[in-house]
Amino acid sequence: MPDATFLDSTELVLNMGPQHPSTHGVLRVILELDGEKVLGADCVIGYLHRGVEKVAENRTYAQVNPYLDRLDYVAAVSNSLGYCLAVEKLLNVEAPPRAQAIRVILTELNRIASHLVWLGTHALDIGAITPVFYCFREREETLNIFEKYCGARLTTHAFRVGGLQYDLYDGFEQEVKAFCDMFLPKVDEYEELLTGNRIWVNRLKEVGILNGEDCKRYGVTGPVLRAAGVHWDLRKAQPYSGYEKYDFVIPIGQNGDTYDRYMVRMEEMRQAVRIIRQAVEGIPEGPIMAKGCKIIKPPVGEAYVSIEAPKGELGYYIVSDGSTTPYRVRVRPPSFINLQALDRMVRGGLIADVVAVIGTLDIVLGEVDR
Amino acid sequence: MADEKAPPPKPPAKPPAVMAATPWEGELPAALKERFGDQIRETSAYLGQPFVFAKSESIVDLLEYLKYEADFDYLVDITAVDWPKRAQRFDLIYILYSFARNERVRIKTQISEGSHPQSVVRVHATANWLEREIFDMFGIEFAGHPDLRRILMPEDWDGHPFRKDYGIVQQDAGWVQSNLKIESGQ
Repeated sequence: MPDATFLDSTELVLNMGPQHPSTHGVLRVILELDGEKVLGADCVIGYLHRGVEKVAENRTYAQVNPYLDRLDYVAAVSNSLGYCLAVEKLLNVEAPPRAQAIRVILTELNRIASHLVWLGTHALDIGAITPVFYCFREREETLNIFEKYCGARLTTHAFRVGGLQYDLYDGFEQEVKAFCDMFLPKVDEYEELLTGNRIWVNRLKEVGILNGEDCKRYGVTGPVLRAAGVHWDLRKAQPYSGYEKYDFVIPIGQNGDTYDRYMVRMEEMRQAVRIIRQAVEGIPEGPIMAKGCKIIKPPVGEAYVSIEAPKGELGYYIVSDGSTTPYRVRVRPPSFINLQALDRMVRGGLIADVVAVIGTLDIVLGEVDR
Repeated sequence: MADEKAPPPKPPAKPPAVMAATPWEGELPAALKERFGDQIRETSAYLGQPFVFAKSESIVDLLEYLKYEADFDYLVDITAVDWPKRAQRFDLIYILYSFARNERVRIKTQISEGSHPQSVVRVHATANWLEREIFDMFGIEFAGHPDLRRILMPEDWDGHPFRKDYGIVQQDAGWVQSNLKIESGQ
């Protein structure tokens, strides 16, 4: 056998990250390349691992809640909602109707904020610089509402087990309505910049295809699953917090490519506005906290509760040993599981598309590493 | 009469609290019992969430059966719970969902320290990273896993942090000193 020299080899192993700007945090991807073609991608994660599930075992149920804001920190309200619903399930209580309506409004506002971060950074990665400024301008408005409501903008700790800590401030409804009126034309504005743009279309169409079957095999959920044509959204499939009362549609795509995922998320923002408008119209009067949640001490047992977070199915599996601290809190993070499909999506594509695919998966490393 | 006081009656020993699960009846649990016999120890539900308690040897077959015969085609999550005082130390929990039925079911099993449960990557591709995470955090080694490496902790870290006997501030001092060049991470 002749001695192989490096000149004979066509494969190149290239390291990308963890400080690469388009990995959205601290993701490291080891790419195997043949020229510009990707032969495989291996993700190295854990740079942001804080062991939040371990921390939770050493805190009371109420103390766990603010830690969870730090998972998916651009959608902190969703994290809090999922956890509160899971503990409420264990306690067998339900938040009062007023609390549920307020929860829906804030969660949907947060979905818009999360999608705006995705859109801005995704477009920036691909080379469109303008959208990020527009997106962050509108996102600011949602953060202002959070700030006025609970004092925090990003890690909001908005909800409590059993309901809410704070009632609405005066003028909340008007501000939310004004935001909705202002925001809908802005979505059209983003679309004007991108949807028909030839560079945008060419960079996104038929890139990073993941079909419905593969989505199910890899457990991929959220907009990625819906863009592959699977009509599934937990808000419809297993409604929680009163989502069954609102009229909205689940946007789906056809091809499961990056362009379809873009279209699905754009439409989801419009649908979020639709839900907010309905919810803000008829916020019921009444208490905002359920009875029996002063001391949180669920009976021995376990429950798995999941919600449709902006990234996909966010689940909490909580085991109670009957004390005031959870015995085990398992977070089922959508970003972690969606990221696993990265290798499948970039294999056979071009190296320039890896950045587009990471952007379209919409991962947040705080949630991947927990 | 002697003024002997009768000893106060002993309070009845409090039974250890257990989960108040109710039996889960229906077509699917009946079919599972018929197909797997004594491999299925229990089919119950708690708070309306059904679960199947099975022997660990049958997990791969069970998941395969549920996927192809009962449409439970989406493996939502796998996780473990550590009970250090129990003979069979770890619970393994597989959460499944069926798009066609819009139902969830949990498969639970118990394994002892040092045993090698079969990997389910063959049935559900999602299991790859999930099993790696359980190996990383609990030290459970899955037999037949294609790529069983640590996933979140450094590869040469000593110890498995989610075990109950691993302290909340405990760390691999040797790793911290040689890699981070600091005395302690605390």
